[in-house]
Amino acid sequence: MEESAGQNSHYFLDSLLIDKLISALRGLGYSVIGPVVREDTIVYDEIESASQLPVGVKDKQGPGYYRLEKRGDEAFFGFVVGPFSWKKFLYPPRVKLLTVAKNGEVSIHNVDEGKKMAFLGVRACELAAISIFDRVMLGGPYVDPVYSAMRRNIFIIAVNCTEPGENCFCLSTGTGPEVSSGYDISLTEVVSDDAHYFVAKVGSSRGKSLLEHIGARGATSEEISEAAVRMERSHTLFRKKLDTDGLKDLLYKNLESPVYEEIAEKCLACANCTLVCPTCFCTTVEEVTGLSGDAAERWRRWDSCFNIDFSYIHGGPIRSSILSRYRQWFTHKFATWVDQFGVMGCVGCGRCITWCPVGIDVTEVAAKIRQREVEVSAT
Amino acid sequence: MARRPRIAVYKFASCDGCQLSILDLEDELLTITENFEIAYFLEASRAVVKGPYDIGLVEGSITTPHEAELIKEIRKNCKVLITIGACATAGGIQALRNWGRSAEFMKYVYPKPEYIEILDKSTPVSDHVPVDFELRGCPINKYQLLEVMSAYLAGRAPNIPNQSVCNECKLKGNVCIMVAKGIPCLGPVTHAGCGAICPAYGRGCYGCYGPRESPNSRPLMKRFIELGKPQEEAVMAFRLFNAWAPGFREVKAED
Repeated sequence: MEESAGQNSHYFLDSLLIDKLISALRGLGYSVIGPVVREDTIVYDEIESASQLPVGVKDKQGPGYYRLEKRGDEAFFGFVVGPFSWKKFLYPPRVKLLTVAKNGEVSIHNVDEGKKMAFLGVRACELAAISIFDRVMLGGPYVDPVYSAMRRNIFIIAVNCTEPGENCFCLSTGTGPEVSSGYDISLTEVVSDDAHYFVAKVGSSRGKSLLEHIGARGATSEEISEAAVRMERSHTLFRKKLDTDGLKDLLYKNLESPVYEEIAEKCLACANCTLVCPTCFCTTVEEVTGLSGDAAERWRRWDSCFNIDFSYIHGGPIRSSILSRYRQWFTHKFATWVDQFGVMGCVGCGRCITWCPVGIDVTEVAAKIRQREVEVSAT
Repeated sequence: MARRPRIAVYKFASCDGCQLSILDLEDELLTITENFEIAYFLEASRAVVKGPYDIGLVEGSITTPHEAELIKEIRKNCKVLITIGACATAGGIQALRNWGRSAEFMKYVYPKPEYIEILDKSTPVSDHVPVDFELRGCPINKYQLLEVMSAYLAGRAPNIPNQSVCNECKLKGNVCIMVAKGIPCLGPVTHAGCGAICPAYGRGCYGCYGPRESPNSRPLMKRFIELGKPQEEAVMAFRLFNAWAPGFREVKAED
């Protein structure tokens, strides 16, 4: 039975309508950014049609391991997250902030209205990460003008994860696998032997008008329940867990945990975990002049607490050992972030586990610290 | 206009590649000469302006007793001494002989080895004299050299990050080939500067820029073994242009 599509209701989309959705957004002046296969990996890039999506592809992930596999079906979103998050678009790796001419004239860059971008395929963990970014960059007394500009014209089509990956633990961090807010449209993909469709949920009025515009019909109660069944099942498929119970206090009490020494033996301090993390926002600022000395430019680029110069202050770096750098990052993500921003800095996407060249797993590190604490208090 | 700072370019044991990188700054050479006086640069011109010099750029490692004396003279003659490239900064590919017996090699290479007078080891310039700045790379990145020269003119510190190549890969948008393809890569322990060229083309980093700050090479070597490299090869990955640099030098086979 077909439902009438009222406010907060569900719509039915097939693969052709996904294509129409992309065209319609492009027609509205949006660059549509979605998942594509590049260099045997799924990354986000500009797309023009649904045929560019990673159809029938799955990502197999492990600590320090990522490979694509064929699924054996035609799913459009049958994978989880790749190495790059939406941070790349909202908070670009390199941004020119200002130019000072020799005569003292200052021009400020990249603070005007950002370009219109539609993100297709934003996962629940990634939406949570964007909301953390909003809090950090826009929420306090000091608003980041570059992020603010980039964030202004974003249309979000989220996708619920029906099959969490090997390194996903958003169920533990309370950030997934289904999206709860902050989207214009959310999709749940239904793939079976005889059907392939998407149940779209409206998240904003412009999301609703877009669905109406492309001629999507209301989803039937059967279709809605098929989608719901898949999401219920998704909850049972998580293999990775993080015990967040009292985690902040646990970490504060165990700053000298021997576990950090073990990790420091293995950690390369290469910064990969922070650079792939969808919530890590640290940057450095470089002043650049050319040979002619006509002007000086100020650039901001991604930096990491794993780089020694990151903690360089008068007299030298305050975190010269790898141990201190790992502990800084880990305790920030899972403890001090909570005091600073009211939520944990981790959204359970598992990128830091997958893209660590030596496969260090934050959930294992947390579990070990807890286990050692228990051991210590037992003796 | 104030006197242009005088630059001298010196060569020791090396392949000349870093000096060529200077000449390769084709579009910028005129601006360079407007701002600096190229006073001594035999690779470019036999015209020599007598020192002392404001900046000495040194290519090459110290491998003979003669060179060990010469670099001291050069140091005295240059206000600022900058080493350019892996040879001058780490001892170069020729430092591989530091693990062997030079006298033995010479018997096979030279008909009259008794004419050859060399030091026991090929060493970086900083083992012999104080160095003000070390620019890495085999060869150097010409734009990094330009940055050092621009910084000198502006009286500021050069923007030459000492972090890992991974930073460059991620900023550039390269996918990690070690994780996604299982290709051993020295990127995590290697000094940035090249712009992550090799990983962008699906090859592991060769470590041309030498060890970054705090290189934790041992677990990376072990990871290479896990990825299927025989132990000997995993160690040999660190034995290239920067083999003698602390951080790579200590990597050895383990039980």
